[in-house]
Amino acid sequence: MFRIFYKLGLVFVAVAGLATQPAFAETPNEILASIQKEAAGTPGFKGFSAARGESFFKAKHGGEWSCASCHTENPAALGKHAKTGKVIDPLAPSANAERFTNPKKVDKWFKRNCNDVLSRVCTPQEKGDVLAYLLTIKK
Amino acid sequence: MSMHKQKNFRMLAVALLAMGVTMSAAQADDDRDERYGEKHGGKYGGENRGKPLQPAQTNAKFQKECSDCHIAYMPGLLPAESWRKVMAGLDKHFGSDASLDAQDNKEITAFLVNNASNRWNAPTAPLKITETAWFKRKHDSHEINPAIWKNPQVKSPANCAACHPRAERGDFNEHDIRMPK
Repeated sequence: MFRIFYKLGLVFVAVAGLATQPAFAETPNEILASIQKEAAGTPGFKGFSAARGESFFKAKHGGEWSCASCHTENPAALGKHAKTGKVIDPLAPSANAERFTNPKKVDKWFKRNCNDVLSRVCTPQEKGDVLAYLLTIKK
Repeated sequence: MSMHKQKNFRMLAVALLAMGVTMSAAQADDDRDERYGEKHGGKYGGENRGKPLQPAQTNAKFQKECSDCHIAYMPGLLPAESWRKVMAGLDKHFGSDASLDAQDNKEITAFLVNNASNRWNAPTAPLKITETAWFKRKHDSHEINPAIWKNPQVKSPANCAACHPRAERGDFNEHDIRMPK
């Protein structure tokens, strides 16, 4: 009887262990590749540009904020929430290894922040340009 | 009475006196709160925060998602209906898009609603914690010099941790308050 409980216990621990692993952990380059797959479907797509990503990141798009309003002009530095003042960890993967490793989190924040900055969703081209830019930033 | 005993007696007297003073100050504060709510049925007119503010068993998703941009305000600070409204309008959350996917939203809403204020008798459901009667009473000009709110370290009344160092843990004990200079 005890052995059954013991075995069940082991199975439970193993399953719980798997469940605490972040779902679909990926590298920033894998995330970039999946954005590229999306972008490739749009007419006239000619790849991503870090330079275009940088100007997109630093520009206000007719609204109150740019991406840099919270993430600062240097995405390797600590940012600060424009409204609440809460510290934001660096956005550049070179400065923060957790960035762009969880597709669900990437989707969540692109949706929120594009809405705040541009009042619309971002295109795959825009997202890819920004990530290409962030990947060029050295710590 | 020996010297030693006399000293002990004096310490006891001082301690009792101090307790008396603290208790009567707390009593006066309570009386003022009662008067405040008399007309409306209940302390703070029924707009009273719950107890406890944070249940013994918290929720990991709530803790993680709600503390990305500000501290995870405890469920007991607002009534259930307020949380339903807040969670239904996350795409326009006080000037920012804070939307979640449907599954996370459902889980966090359930946690907030199940642990909302248990002392809220008023038919009101404000979206802002700072608009509730208990908050206003606890932070009125009797309690806090209005100049404090203008301090750049405070920035907003939503920034609990500016003066309540353990706000993140749901501890707003008034003996720990540190006003920024």
